[in-house]
Amino acid sequence: MKKLLMVTTAIYAFSGAAIAEEVKIGVLLGFTGPLESITPAMGAGAELAMAEVTASGKLMGGATVTSVRGDSTCVDAAAATSAAERLVTSDKVSAIMGADCSGVTGAILQNVARPNGIAMISPSATSPALSTAEDDGLFFRTAPSDARQGVVMTEVLMDRGIKNAALTYTNNDYGKGLADAFQAAFEAAGGTITISTSHDEDKADYSSEVASLAAAGGDILVVAGYEAGAGRAIIQSSLDSGAFETFVLPDGMVGQSLVDTIGAGLEGSFGQYPGTDSQGAEMFQALATSAGFDGTGAFAPESYDAAALIMLSMAAANSTVSKDWAGKVMDIANAPGVEIFPGELGKALDLIAAGTDIDYVGATAVDLIGPGESAGNYREIEIKGGKIETVRFR
Amino acid sequence: MDQLNALIVFLNFVFVPGLTYGAQLSLGALGVTLVYGILRFSNFAHGDTMAFGTMVTILFTWWFQSMGLHFGPLPTALLAMPFGILFTALFVLGTDRVVYQFYRKKKSVSTILVIVSVGVMFVMNGLTRFIIGVENRNFEDGERFLITARDFKTLTGLDEGLAIKTTQVITVVVAILVVAAMFWFLNRTRTGKSMRAFSDNEDLALLSGINPERVVQVTWILAATLATVAGVLYGLDKSFKPFTYFQLLLPIFASAIVGGLGNPLGAIAGGFIIAFSEVMVTYAWKKVATYALPDSWAPDGLLQLMSTDYKFAVSFSILILVLLFMPTGLFKGKSV
Repeated sequence: MKKLLMVTTAIYAFSGAAIAEEVKIGVLLGFTGPLESITPAMGAGAELAMAEVTASGKLMGGATVTSVRGDSTCVDAAAATSAAERLVTSDKVSAIMGADCSGVTGAILQNVARPNGIAMISPSATSPALSTAEDDGLFFRTAPSDARQGVVMTEVLMDRGIKNAALTYTNNDYGKGLADAFQAAFEAAGGTITISTSHDEDKADYSSEVASLAAAGGDILVVAGYEAGAGRAIIQSSLDSGAFETFVLPDGMVGQSLVDTIGAGLEGSFGQYPGTDSQGAEMFQALATSAGFDGTGAFAPESYDAAALIMLSMAAANSTVSKDWAGKVMDIANAPGVEIFPGELGKALDLIAAGTDIDYVGATAVDLIGPGESAGNYREIEIKGGKIETVRFR
Repeated sequence: MDQLNALIVFLNFVFVPGLTYGAQLSLGALGVTLVYGILRFSNFAHGDTMAFGTMVTILFTWWFQSMGLHFGPLPTALLAMPFGILFTALFVLGTDRVVYQFYRKKKSVSTILVIVSVGVMFVMNGLTRFIIGVENRNFEDGERFLITARDFKTLTGLDEGLAIKTTQVITVVVAILVVAAMFWFLNRTRTGKSMRAFSDNEDLALLSGINPERVVQVTWILAATLATVAGVLYGLDKSFKPFTYFQLLLPIFASAIVGGLGNPLGAIAGGFIIAFSEVMVTYAWKKVATYALPDSWAPDGLLQLMSTDYKFAVSFSILILVLLFMPTGLFKGKSV
């Protein structure tokens, strides 16, 4: 009887806590579509941060943080909007960690986040256009704008002595934004873009696209596309016809599956994606490895940071209402304060409760500038021996 | 030397891809034209029949590969293709029995049959996606190249390379064999002659004792064969994705109509006309011109008439021009 009583009390206590303080965060990523190969690690990164906070029991007196996943599809704005609508109206999430691709992120921001007053932090939307989008103070990103990537990519090429390049980009906000930013930076640095053309996803054959690129010539082909989509097909077709031999791979094109399918032809190609050599990156990788996923995957650390920022801001505002916590994001992310690294979210929550300032550094050395976007650190990579090797950080 | 380089660039980026694409379109258009000539309606399900046939072939290819069965330097898919044809033919005959026969008995006008074929298209479309999924499938194996661009350069000492893929050669060879067999069948065999008689004048053919159901069945089997072969060749050379096969419907119909619906020779010519105009109008001629013309004439621009984004617009424009000025097509087919 005594035992039964204890058990019932225990169940009552736990269930009470769960009902009263469950914070739901939407994880809205393209689990299907052209980014489907990197989104699993991104989702796992965000959920790792949530599990850490839940385990610490220090968010608003022991709240549980649950992840509700939604599929942004990366390219279909209508599908992404309805997935976001479901997260907000039916699952009642307090925040959205997402979305991933720039076009759908912009659509969700305008159609769902602003009308419903839900704040979102994207780990990977990089279009420069999002810097100036109307956001009512509800939109942040732990990824840098591609205006920055354009400059970094230019530096990578110039350091290798490459002065002229052909450029092709996927026909959407991400591709166009990155291509324009790169072209501007590259030409300002004295380089020549021989041709800049768009390509559409989902075609069977890219030989005519490659033929025009080849006709314009250039030492190298910059492919601002998706590694599981048309970008891969264009590289394959260029190699088949002997049009280009070396490729520059921006963030959307960096993935081990690309290296595995193309094989030896990709040897010597190089590129860059957001990444940092701060100790946070290594700490995150250790956490990720023990949680059973790849912490070096593109945008996985950014996803961890996005989720962590959401929860720490909630703690600082002592509220899960978006307009309250969104106001705290910049304070949490930037100096001054005690530096917080991955795995230290419990400590951060203690400090916030004690009223101490914190500076969230996280896995990607987060530093939010301007309209709430990452200042941008990049990892320069090169394909060597069938592996993606890090050359240096920029 | 420069003239030679210009020629190689032209061959590598225009002629070889155009020839391969043209062969694939011709086979597709031949199937459409055959159904139109004998069954008297435009079969919109043809693109998805291609996808279905390719899907069955891919499934058999995977099965053969898992048993360790390979075809030497050639793709295993060629071994699997007869099975693909068999299953597609059975499926199409089944469709005819369940769907088209009903409307044929009622002597429905061809517009109704066209709409019926759109329905069949959606069902086949869904079935293919349901069985094999919507993703890109690459089922090519064996030797990838007859000659790579790099080998060609070292072999000839030229600045430009010419790459010829095994699948491109297979496409052209198989297309020639299939078309030759088709013409022999239509012109020399009893069944072929009865099909042509049926196509020319149905009532007269019936009076002379031709069994209409048999003609219909043979037509469907031939259409399924052509569709599967075209689909497999296209998939081997490019890649298989149900959605892109659906998109192929436009250039295929354009080819058949440009050549003259119902005229097999026209379908083949139409396929090459559409393929080469798509490739040539959207190609940037800068490199060819730079090699071919004297240095002082070398162009600054790309010499590209239209961006590659407008590839389909080329098929559309040719289609509209032909319908406006030669409604029966270049080779005197039936008017649409």
